[in-house]
Amino acid sequence: MTRYWQLFRDSAFLYRFKRDKVAIVSFAVLVILVMLSFCAPLIAPFDPYDPTQIDIMDSDIPPVWQAEGDPRFRLGTDAQGRDMLSTMLYGTRISIIIGLFAVLLQSLLGIALGLVAGYFGGRIDSFLMRLADIQLSFSTLMVAIVVLAVFQASFGTELYNELAIFMLIMVIGIAEWPQYARTVRASVLAEKKKEYVDAVRVIGLHPRRIMFRHILPNTLSPILVISTVQVANAIMSEAALSFLGLGMPVNKPSLGSLINSGFEYILSGSWWITTFPALLLVVLVLVINLLGDWMRDVLNPKLYKD
Amino acid sequence: MALLEVRNLEVRFPLRGGELTALRDLSFSLNQGERLGIVGESGAGKSVAAFAILNLVSRPGYISAGSVLFEGRDLASLAPEQLRSIRGNRIAMIFQDPMMTLNPVLTIGTQMVECLQAHREISDKEAREIAVSKLRSVSIPAPAARMDQYPHELSGGMRQRVVIAIALLTEPSVIIADEPTTALDVTIQAEIMELLLELCENNNVALLLITHDLGVVSQVTQRTIVMYAGRIVEEGATRSIIDNPWHPYTHGLIDALPERTHRGQRLNQIPGMMPSLSAIPEGCAFHPRCEHMTELCQTQIPGYTLRDERRVACHWVEKQGESR
Repeated sequence: MTRYWQLFRDSAFLYRFKRDKVAIVSFAVLVILVMLSFCAPLIAPFDPYDPTQIDIMDSDIPPVWQAEGDPRFRLGTDAQGRDMLSTMLYGTRISIIIGLFAVLLQSLLGIALGLVAGYFGGRIDSFLMRLADIQLSFSTLMVAIVVLAVFQASFGTELYNELAIFMLIMVIGIAEWPQYARTVRASVLAEKKKEYVDAVRVIGLHPRRIMFRHILPNTLSPILVISTVQVANAIMSEAALSFLGLGMPVNKPSLGSLINSGFEYILSGSWWITTFPALLLVVLVLVINLLGDWMRDVLNPKLYKD
Repeated sequence: MALLEVRNLEVRFPLRGGELTALRDLSFSLNQGERLGIVGESGAGKSVAAFAILNLVSRPGYISAGSVLFEGRDLASLAPEQLRSIRGNRIAMIFQDPMMTLNPVLTIGTQMVECLQAHREISDKEAREIAVSKLRSVSIPAPAARMDQYPHELSGGMRQRVVIAIALLTEPSVIIADEPTTALDVTIQAEIMELLLELCENNNVALLLITHDLGVVSQVTQRTIVMYAGRIVEEGATRSIIDNPWHPYTHGLIDALPERTHRGQRLNQIPGMMPSLSAIPEGCAFHPRCEHMTELCQTQIPGYTLRDERRVACHWVEKQGESR
């Protein structure tokens, strides 16, 4: 264990990280956001899921620094009287969970199919890659809208509201697997030609073991890079779907559904209901993307800039 | 019975506009504990032969004719599982470049333990013990510490020792070494060759040494095969081939050794180049470069002339034998 810590401490990765201010700031902001949102039940002043804590009389209160502000609600309340700060913390948690699990699903599907396509080649490769092309020719949002709308229409809104989080993970996860499959396949094609693969084939290992244990670890750096970008994308997709009313229900809002619910009031003066969640979403996606960019530069051996 | 017997092996690569024959009519046998060298220029089909023996010709190439018998069993007819139990286990292979043949992201120990466990039902602890003892047998200092190191932490010579240790792990009866010292410094080359020779002798392992270095072949092997354009042109005891080459190509190779020229003199060379596999000349493949070329050489592929436990594919040698 200490040896791995030692290796990490001496790594170029950490060295480059410590010298890049953008990366440090992005990472710090991301960590803070993740910590805050996952500690939401402990630190949030109210529980937005508990109807007994919501008073409709408190609705549409502006942030504290405005004249009609209420010291109980630091960032104001929304149209239903929920504390904005608490709702946003819980909403961020939902957004991050959906983003992470959707990407987990994408990567599991995409890595397995990409490895198989790249390693075996031939007909399997052509079949899987054409499948990926077909999948990519439908945009994620279109697939999601169709699937979610059909589900809502056929099983009713109530069941949908209960399963919304799983549905979103499934839909976003399945719609984007070709991103992984293509990246992994390309790396596998390059790795497959290297002699160490011949060497382990000569040793007599099973193809499954060669793929997962020998080739996969060597394709990890592009996987890491697209994973960060894909988390940001998944969070954005989820927000877009929620904004269109196909994502998280109003009583369990994600950032997207919060933005949506406040959007009706933005012209009647209640700007804070949309603005704060929107800012939070932008910051969250931005820091993840900045980290992804930084990682792409660091993990690319052809690109050594100081 | 020979341990490894290759019979009329032919390997083809289908390409756009026709098939290339990378290996034609390759036959030889290897006995228990014997050391056989395969010599030839780049592109002669040496490495293809090594992979074909293990039935691992890279696609789109395939074995179009012939068979490889290992302990009397035809490797081509075995199921993938049975074949895997022979590869790495009974027949091991050492590659040219130790920088490339070890997986960069796994420790030496992981790779060795994995290889052992692929062929034997043993615990991690036992496997590690065997691995350490093999590392010690190839004279790696502090073998236990090496187990947790990554390939990039070792020097080229050390890495090739690790590769040899991996090849020895399962105590194979044949080691195929494909230019095992080409990527190393000259000083290290001698050390590694000596180590390989010693290990093969001590463990009674048969060695199939593929190289373009006649010097190495003469030091290590008992028998030698000379290949040209995918075909064996001469085979015989190493000593007699080096001392008295019959085939004009072998003659040229030996003459090209720097030791054969005097100081200040230009190095001897065989005029011309090895033909590409897509344009092998008709008749004897060597005839455009041969000083003894006759009309017969341009039209007819020479058969093997057998004499004094040697064989050679050359019309000129055949005729000389008749007139003798």
